[in-house]
Amino acid sequence: MQETQAKTVTFIVSRQDSPDATPYQEEFKLEYRPNMNVISALMEIRRNPVNSKGESTTPINWDMNCLEEVCGACSMVINGKPRQSCTALVDQLEQPIRLEPMRTFPVVRDLQVDRSRMFDSLKKVKAWIPIDGTYDLGPGPRMPEKKRQWAYELSKCMTCGVCLEACPNVNSKSDFIGPAPLSQVRLFNAHPTGEMNKAERLEQIMGDGGLANCGNSQNCVQSCPKGIPLTTSIAALNRDTTFQSFKSFFGSDTV
Amino acid sequence: MAGNREFFYRRLHSLLGVIPVGLFLVQHLVVNHFATKGEEAFNDAAHFMESLPFRIFLELFIIFLPLLFHAIYGLYIAFTAKNNTVKYSFFRNWMFMLQRVTGVITLIFVVWHVWETRIAAAFGAEVNYQMMENIFENPWMIAFYIVGVISAIFHFANGLWSFFVSWGITVTPRSQLISTYATLGIFIALSIVGIRAIFAFV
Ligand code: HEM
Ligand code: SF4
Ligand code: FES
Repeated sequence: MQETQAKTVTFIVSRQDSPDATPYQEEFKLEYRPNMNVISALMEIRRNPVNSKGESTTPINWDMNCLEEVCGACSMVINGKPRQSCTALVDQLEQPIRLEPMRTFPVVRDLQVDRSRMFDSLKKVKAWIPIDGTYDLGPGPRMPEKKRQWAYELSKCMTCGVCLEACPNVNSKSDFIGPAPLSQVRLFNAHPTGEMNKAERLEQIMGDGGLANCGNSQNCVQSCPKGIPLTTSIAALNRDTTFQSFKSFFGSDTV
Repeated sequence: MAGNREFFYRRLHSLLGVIPVGLFLVQHLVVNHFATKGEEAFNDAAHFMESLPFRIFLELFIIFLPLLFHAIYGLYIAFTAKNNTVKYSFFRNWMFMLQRVTGVITLIFVVWHVWETRIAAAFGAEVNYQMMENIFENPWMIAFYIVGVISAIFHFANGLWSFFVSWGITVTPRSQLISTYATLGIFIALSIVGIRAIFAFV
């Protein structure tokens, strides 16, 4: 038997009209539909932007792309936890569902944040494998299958920003680049061709805002939606930079 | 090196926390433990330490300067963190927060303790069993010393854990877990030594 009164879902959304505007909260009540997730709810609100007081309001801004937890764009703080809204199922969330932007990043509008700092960090640490040349460099060395499988886990990072949001040392008082780009250094240093730039990447993360800013709270590894072993990467890089600093100080091959 | 200043300072901070400051802490606790063997045993041990050759240089380079650097840079580190144990109440995050809190408590305690003993000695007071007994006539001082000593020991033991990570010694989660148990053991053992010494004067 269908219930006569429709089940509803309540959302409390933190809103902000512009990057410098003061945030405020707005409540929305939606009709429950089976299997709805946070994004489908936000889309529903966009279709009919009326808050729980019955006032019409502006549609909510948020970012999204893949809708299958591989792009990282839709990350936001849901009931206090940073995660992807596309895989946040309403059935599994306590109500009212509170949505907030990840304030570690500059808020563009409402739930949309600007994650450029992460992409800038990836450029800084050269998170790629240089294969371009003026002539064909050939196929390059092969990676053992076992190592490839291991590296695949690290390559799952989608630059979502959850680990930066969870880190107590990533904040407005520090310029720490955060766990994600560090783990990428470990990934690209492990690749047989990428290894050629290993020293360069290590020297980069030994600079300001780099690896040494980690204080081992280990929130990142607990929070990463992709289960990336971030703290193992950080400790491994601590070891690599220990050797690198001895090499460059005492002057055996620095490259 | 110029570009790596922060890296160098952080590693120096980490190293100094263990060598020499941490080793000094252990030595200091062990010497104080002689108080449990009676007044004479404590005075003999303290006197032996006082009569080490080049005492002022030992104090300066093994204790004062390393501790000063560690404390000042440590305060800077502690106040750049934005603690979030309410939202992320994971074990390691609590340790992270406590590392910073106990650092600050230790600093307050050490300043007071040095003022009361070493600075007083510089002005002619004699640091001996009698002096500590007098200090502990005040029950608030007993409480203050217990808090200070436990903080310093916690800070050292947990700092040792993070030292092993900072230098890339414990890399795997398993080695870090075993290191947690080992440093917990150090915390408990040194706490017993420290508290027994305090109560030997009461
Ligand atoms: C006097 C005031 C002190 C302050 C403010 C202070 C502060 C700090 C802070 C904030 C850290 C965390 C660094 C990080 O995780 O990156 C730390 C680490 C540490 N501290 Fe202290 N500390 C003080 C005194 C001491 C003392 C007396 C000892 C030794 C008994 C000590 C030993 C250590 C050790 C071993 C570490 C670990 C270093 C690492 O992470 O590699 N500290 N200290
Ligand atoms: S490491 Fe994990 S939490 Fe951090 S950005 Fe990558 S996917 Fe997100
Ligand atoms: S939309 Fe891509 S992760 Fe959610």
